[in-house]
Amino acid sequence: MRRGLVLLPYAVGIAVALALPRVMYPVLALDILLWGLFAMSVDLLLGYVGLLSFGHAAFWGLGAYAAAIAAKSADIPFALAAILGAGASALLAVPFGYLATRRRGIYFAMVTLAFAQLVFYVANEWRDLTGGENGLHGVPRTFPGLSLGRSADFYYAALPLITLGYFLAYRIVHSPFGHVLVAIRDNEPRAQALGYATWRYKVLAFVLSGGLAGLAGGLFALGNGFASLDLLHWTTSGQAVLITILGGIGTLWGSLLGAVIVLELRDALTSAPEASGVVTGAVFVVIVLAFRRGLWATGRDALRRFAAPPVSARIDISGGEVRHGRS
Amino acid sequence: MSVAPVAYAVETHGLVKEFAGFRAVNGVDLRLEAGKVHALVGPNGAGKTSLFNLLTGFLRPTAGRVVILGDDATGLPPEGIARRGVARSFQITSLFDQLTALEHAELALQAASALGYRFWASEGALDRYRPRSRELLSEVGLADLADRPAGKLPYGQKRALELALAMALDPRLLLLDEPTAGMGVEDIRRTIDLIRKARAGRTVVLVEHNMGVVAELADQVIVLQQGRVIAQGSYAAVREDPAVVAAYLGQAHV
Repeated sequence: MRRGLVLLPYAVGIAVALALPRVMYPVLALDILLWGLFAMSVDLLLGYVGLLSFGHAAFWGLGAYAAAIAAKSADIPFALAAILGAGASALLAVPFGYLATRRRGIYFAMVTLAFAQLVFYVANEWRDLTGGENGLHGVPRTFPGLSLGRSADFYYAALPLITLGYFLAYRIVHSPFGHVLVAIRDNEPRAQALGYATWRYKVLAFVLSGGLAGLAGGLFALGNGFASLDLLHWTTSGQAVLITILGGIGTLWGSLLGAVIVLELRDALTSAPEASGVVTGAVFVVIVLAFRRGLWATGRDALRRFAAPPVSARIDISGGEVRHGRS
Repeated sequence: MSVAPVAYAVETHGLVKEFAGFRAVNGVDLRLEAGKVHALVGPNGAGKTSLFNLLTGFLRPTAGRVVILGDDATGLPPEGIARRGVARSFQITSLFDQLTALEHAELALQAASALGYRFWASEGALDRYRPRSRELLSEVGLADLADRPAGKLPYGQKRALELALAMALDPRLLLLDEPTAGMGVEDIRRTIDLIRKARAGRTVVLVEHNMGVVAELADQVIVLQQGRVIAQGSYAAVREDPAVVAAYLGQAHV
């Protein structure tokens, strides 16, 4: 009974994911899932290590370019191209993470922003490889035995890989490693005094986060058929942070909810792009003021109150704060 | 632990720590005999906590050497010192607010393994530490509060959890920074009993302001003033020392 209840949200989640391209434009559905994964990678650092990266566009964008270049230059299955994108981003995250995690707070955010700007300018100058301002277009997507011409087909073909990305993020947070991360977030000197080489944990978290962002970016390029400079732009980093905060920091799944809201809003306002910034900003302010802990945590607690659990389970609620998004 | 016994758990040679020209620790030579309880005392600003942080790697010395358990440990990071069998507690309660008491103990026990790097493993892998964690918590009187986040524990219990964390590391050298700070009489009593139990087979160094606690626990007292050692010996001997009386006990001893 209890176990069944725990699994229920996952069943609902899978059902929604399967039904999504039927209720909305499949390209938008794919974008939502990928931005959700991207924002999760930001949340992995922000919510569980306490590090605000303002340069994750570098990993999202590099994943996109690497996957696009791989798919264009060799006839490989799209999944392999996406994994190559993830690998490239994880690799880049090693030196970036090594240097950035020496700083904390606002300085960490500034260093990550600076690195991302560096990648942006390199991509802009390296025209032979990246197409410069034109970007790369006509990125093919193939998989042996599948025809992926229609967006909906690609959505379903990519779903297992996206789900794997979510699962990885979830597993990282709910692992012995994840416990150490939360300890570092709460009190780094204390963790050191227990014998943890905390900087190694932070670098590893940064690399894993970069890899997840790269996976999302790679699939984004393959799904949309292009990789362009705006994927590397600092506003892309900003949007990922915005989605994370809207959904709720340290909730993981909240990032998906945030992605739904931000992308739906953007989609609804495509006919009036000049209003888009104002409306998104207003929604952000309202949500942050009304739901201080983000949509996910607020909604989850409301649901739990509604379900009115027996007294013994109520202790779980206070404990639920401890292992975020566990239910 | 099957490590060759050493004569001195802590040795320092000409230890100096300067902060922007101010010498918090000014040429300290210590030899703390293994297996004993040593108390560092001295008025506020005497350099006790700086010395503590030098011994545990939280500060790098400006000059001088630190030898811990027979090996040079000068310049090692805190985690490097911890891995040599040194556990410390903090003066200001220092816990992980969002983690439960039980998770604290598990985290400390896990620190000796490489399990912490396994981001692909289920957190069920931590279950192996559960029995020992519960044992540690009941030793410090926290058995009933095992599932409470540390941030929501009362003050006395937080201090007890600090001690449990240090004990979980099964250290050869235990450094306690004001273990009874801010405690009521009853909690002080219990802490003294806990430290008495904990000292078996270990070296303990404590910074302590409460002279009653020092008198009960310490085999040796080291008195610091303005970054220098001005006296050391048994509590009875040190309290008679004219330099100490002038510097410290005369005004602070109750």
